[in-house]
Amino acid sequence: MYQADIYATKTFLKELLERSTTTQGQEWLTKKMELIDAEGATPKDLYLAFSAAPRFVGREPLHLSQHEIEMANLIRPGFNPSRWNAAQTARTLLILSQPYQDGEAFRDTIETLFNTADMGELVALYAALPLLPHPELFRSRAAEGFRTNMGDVFEAVALDNPYPADYMHEDAWNNMVLKTLFVGKPVFRIYGIEKRSNAKLARILSDYAHERWAAGRPVSPELWRPVGPFIDEAILEDIKKLFSQPNELEQEAAALACAESSCTPARELLNAHPQLKSRVENGEISWSLIGDKALAAN
Amino acid sequence: MNTQNLMLIDPHIHMTSRTTDDYARMRQAGIVAIIEPAFWLGQPRTEPGSFKDYFSSLVGWERFRASQFGIKHYCTIGLNSKEANNEPLAEQVMELLPLFVCKEGVVGVGEIGYDDQTPIEDKYFRAQLELAKEVNLPVQVHTPHRDKKAGTIKSMEVCLEHGIAPDMVVIDHNNEETVKDVLDRGFWAAFTIYPNSKMGNERMVEIVKQYGSERIIVNSSADWGVSDPLSVPKTASLMLERGISLEDVRKVCYQNALDSFGKSGQMHESDWLQGSQVDQREKFSDNSVLRGGQTPVVGDVTTDGTLESNIVR
Repeated sequence: MYQADIYATKTFLKELLERSTTTQGQEWLTKKMELIDAEGATPKDLYLAFSAAPRFVGREPLHLSQHEIEMANLIRPGFNPSRWNAAQTARTLLILSQPYQDGEAFRDTIETLFNTADMGELVALYAALPLLPHPELFRSRAAEGFRTNMGDVFEAVALDNPYPADYMHEDAWNNMVLKTLFVGKPVFRIYGIEKRSNAKLARILSDYAHERWAAGRPVSPELWRPVGPFIDEAILEDIKKLFSQPNELEQEAAALACAESSCTPARELLNAHPQLKSRVENGEISWSLIGDKALAAN
Repeated sequence: MNTQNLMLIDPHIHMTSRTTDDYARMRQAGIVAIIEPAFWLGQPRTEPGSFKDYFSSLVGWERFRASQFGIKHYCTIGLNSKEANNEPLAEQVMELLPLFVCKEGVVGVGEIGYDDQTPIEDKYFRAQLELAKEVNLPVQVHTPHRDKKAGTIKSMEVCLEHGIAPDMVVIDHNNEETVKDVLDRGFWAAFTIYPNSKMGNERMVEIVKQYGSERIIVNSSADWGVSDPLSVPKTASLMLERGISLEDVRKVCYQNALDSFGKSGQMHESDWLQGSQVDQREKFSDNSVLRGGQTPVVGDVTTDGTLESNIVR
């Protein structure tokens, strides 16, 4: 029923918010949280406060310290609000103040907010998925989020969000990873990418790379990240091609993919590139470095 | 038509029923911001879902579409008087309103008021006034076509009865018969330049000459009917031509709209002073305003103010 202790989460988020809003903003929020939680609260109390939050608490970014990022991860593995802003945090606190014992009723309330949300509200709702009780009730909603073509909304559900890795069925997950590449967003910000890699995804990504190559378009080096452990005869040909690309990032991606494979020809392929191999072994090449560089090159 | 490069606001226009060409011409004529009041669609809606999607489009797609032509789009949200008469439906729409009235860019509760002046219209007008009061938003009142003077006065009395300050209420669709009452009571008096039915712009010139520019607002209410999205710039141009001062024209075609609806806290001059760049490569829910083969415009919008005739009789 729970992904995170709701009381601890609320305490943590309220502390984070203190630095990014005014005293009046905090007071407004506390009052609204109590109202929503109180006996006799109506849906209207939540709706109005949820929409109005930015005008009372503002939109300052949260500015988390390294220690606070670690704290967030303790509250909920993978939870990372480092890119959140004040309004988004307040909106999360408001929905976490909603009574949740009755899962279906809780889901219906959240779905009502989703169905009429504007862009800022959608970002807040999707990014809050890993904190909500009854997480299994939000699978189709998350899948709907992957279908959006609004960049910020897609990022909120797909990136720095542990909900998809923990709850999405394989096809939906695969679709999300493919779409992240398709829309040019950084794969290294997908939480749980290693854990959820699978043979079908590797095949889909290889096909996608072939499409791009056939069209004479560049292929993100990040595409190979979930592919490494599933290198088979067919994908091995892709990796060979990568090693022969003029772009160094692609060669590095090929080396990393081989290092993560247990298939003998892949290991042999890596041995044939001793310089890259030693850089992998020394930790000089990593997927996050490749992701950073690929992002900077765009 | 010459508006001497004034920035203009059309605070009442139903863009949902207009084309992108209108947006382009409006921007060309100097309109920098508009307010789109929630309206009926020419035929009654039969399901609350129709209202929900309509409200969503006012805060979503329509804002995006306007931005693609360098125009800032705001809206007011409400249950209109005509459709308030379907009581079971009206009840459900009332439940939707709290989901929308505090969204970004919503500058008021509107357009609400009376059409036939039935008891049911009265019930939902009052309920929406209470909502506006609760969230401290301006109210945009639609005055009835029939029995207009009595309906206008009643609208104001009901607002006062609910404790809403006159400067939080824009009374719309005024004419020579109602203007004095509205101004005397301290409300904002808006005029709709709408061919054949409401107010012509030559008449509007005379009203400004007689009553000055305090609390008077000009709009087009352009919609799916025979109407003109350039009514505000054309009226501004005609007023200048007929000797009304630039400052008075600026007030009735720009500043008063900003001052009244700006009380929402959702509409600031900086919104368009800092953000008139367009990028037609952008998309909203995968949709673009462009059609096959059209080249996206990117960058500053320029206007030269050259548009056709300016008189609506």
